[in-house]
Amino acid sequence: MAAGALFSQAGETAMRVVEAPMNAFEHIFGRKRMPWMFLAPNLILFAIFTFLPIAIAVGYAFTGGTNLFVSERPFVGFDNFRTLLSCGNYLQPGTCQESLFWTAVWNTLWFVACNVVATLLVALITALILNRAIFARGFFRAMFFYPVLLSPVVIGLIWKWFLDRNGLLNAFFQMIGVPPEIFLLDVGWSRFFVVVVSVWFHMGFYTLILLAGLQAIPKELYEAASIDAASPRRTLFRITLPLLAPNLLVVFILLMIKSVQIFDEAWVLTNGGGPGTANSFIVQYIYQMAFGSDLRVFGLASAASVLMGLVLLVLTLIQLRLGKRMES
Amino acid sequence: MNPISFLSRTRRAGRIDITDMLSWVWLIGGTLAVLVPVVWAGLSSLKPAAEITRFPPSLLPRTAVEQTVPGFDKPLSIWQVTVDGQQREMAMVRRIGLKAQMVDPANPGPPVSVDVKGITPVQHLTVATENYTDPLTRFNFLTFLKNSVFVTVVATLLTLIVNAMAAFALSKYKFRGDTTVFVIIISTLMIPLAVVMVPAYLVIVGVGLADNLWGVILPTIASPTAVFLLRQYMLTIPDELIEAARVDAASEFCIFWRIILPLTAPALAVLAIFSVLWRWNDFLWPLIVLNSRENFTLQVGLNAFQGEFSVQWHYILAMTFLSLLPVTVVFLFLQKYITTGIAGTGMK
Repeated sequence: MAAGALFSQAGETAMRVVEAPMNAFEHIFGRKRMPWMFLAPNLILFAIFTFLPIAIAVGYAFTGGTNLFVSERPFVGFDNFRTLLSCGNYLQPGTCQESLFWTAVWNTLWFVACNVVATLLVALITALILNRAIFARGFFRAMFFYPVLLSPVVIGLIWKWFLDRNGLLNAFFQMIGVPPEIFLLDVGWSRFFVVVVSVWFHMGFYTLILLAGLQAIPKELYEAASIDAASPRRTLFRITLPLLAPNLLVVFILLMIKSVQIFDEAWVLTNGGGPGTANSFIVQYIYQMAFGSDLRVFGLASAASVLMGLVLLVLTLIQLRLGKRMES
Repeated sequence: MNPISFLSRTRRAGRIDITDMLSWVWLIGGTLAVLVPVVWAGLSSLKPAAEITRFPPSLLPRTAVEQTVPGFDKPLSIWQVTVDGQQREMAMVRRIGLKAQMVDPANPGPPVSVDVKGITPVQHLTVATENYTDPLTRFNFLTFLKNSVFVTVVATLLTLIVNAMAAFALSKYKFRGDTTVFVIIISTLMIPLAVVMVPAYLVIVGVGLADNLWGVILPTIASPTAVFLLRQYMLTIPDELIEAARVDAASEFCIFWRIILPLTAPALAVLAIFSVLWRWNDFLWPLIVLNSRENFTLQVGLNAFQGEFSVQWHYILAMTFLSLLPVTVVFLFLQKYITTGIAGTGMK
């Protein structure tokens, strides 16, 4: 109750601050111009913190040096892109001029491939099961969804403890007679668990989208199928999955875009990309080039951002195109 | 209906087929997979520092029983000992190789030498509340908490007002360029933070908000998701209400504040919940903007803390749990609205 009172009091104060200039503007410029006044705060914030940075990012990508301010930076043309993209053999990051970038690129691609497939499968199976008339459905839905709300830092720490040398998983390993492992210091295990944690964290969100799609499928179709004595398997592949295709596509594209941007939970879980560079991803590369230690190579970081932005743009355009084709 | 048949009812009454079994395995397995790491971390956060790294770990927080024995300065640990075929509790004086020197705590005589193989420590359940109270006093935990609360509350209030105003303009007015503005706002949905984080930091430095909580708050306020959600909701509010208010000579802002905003309350509530969750959980952007310890939010503070004190898991887990608690409570009470809100708008 106190919180509610506090909120409404804050609201009153806010109103008194905003009301006077808004009404003054209306008196001077008339009602016709009021929509722009309502849009102004939003658009100004967008301009300063989204559009201006995009413009600067592109500008940055063509400059060198370590100074933060654009005016103080030497123009270097396509040098940053050349540095990032020149490579003896793209499959072997060691032969590239910027080997860390290519390590990050390949790590990210691997992560995206594994994470998209695993999350999609787990979310689909869960959604199909939760769509059945099963006992305590609401409870299970809430249970699977709960991790989505947690902070990536908290998730990283909880799993780090779970996978610790003295952690619960090793205790279980010992119980069944398998020698204990230091999971997060082993390249293979740590990569595996970054995917596991990511699936654990996000699958509830995608399950929810798929569940919404499943519940929109008309019940009559299933009744007709059961009259025709169609096998459950046939029903799944001939009715459920085709009708779920639009939702599956949305989930697929969202998953791709989100997976490319992996950072927070992997950063905490692997102590910033370890062991070595086994879990260093593109966003991490950008962060480290720009803000990590004292590198401050903003040009290189921005060039990598621009490349990443282009990839995401292409992914989004594919999504829009496919979405349109499915509707027609 | 008896409980067994209630639990085992399926689509086809009276028969449990293999898919039902597999479903249950999947659901229960999944629930355990979600709960076990979280509950395990929670139980561990209650263990005393000496107990937390013991392997194999015990489930519940326990600690050795200690007792002051006359004639000894320090309290001695109590062990379960079998002497002459009799179970007894004795205090350990010292341990030499495979032999332990034990005395009877009630009437300490000369120490008895006992084989260490035959003794087990006496333990009792303890809750190490100091894991929770120490960070509050010794570390900056309270500062982190205060900063997080400030960022969350202020950013949420501003998010609601600023985006509701924009949504009002885009849903209730016809003006030149309205579609263009809407499309421009929505198109920013696909620009991830990672792409603009370097120049966005430059802007923050430029406007003098580096290492300042306002530098964390301001860039997050204008949200395309929020504009979209609120606009969709406001479109369902009949325009006649606005016409009637205009006839009564209400100012446009008064119409927005007194009529539209109260009617948008359900959508605002959903947005408020999400805004709180987003801001409370934010990590990468605060990590970039904030440099000095007294400005850290909880998430940045936790991350810094785990880097510096990686052996002090009892503190790390306790603080992790404190930061997870508000989210869990919000979820327990608003679970239904959160899940339907997400399903309805695809927000995250």
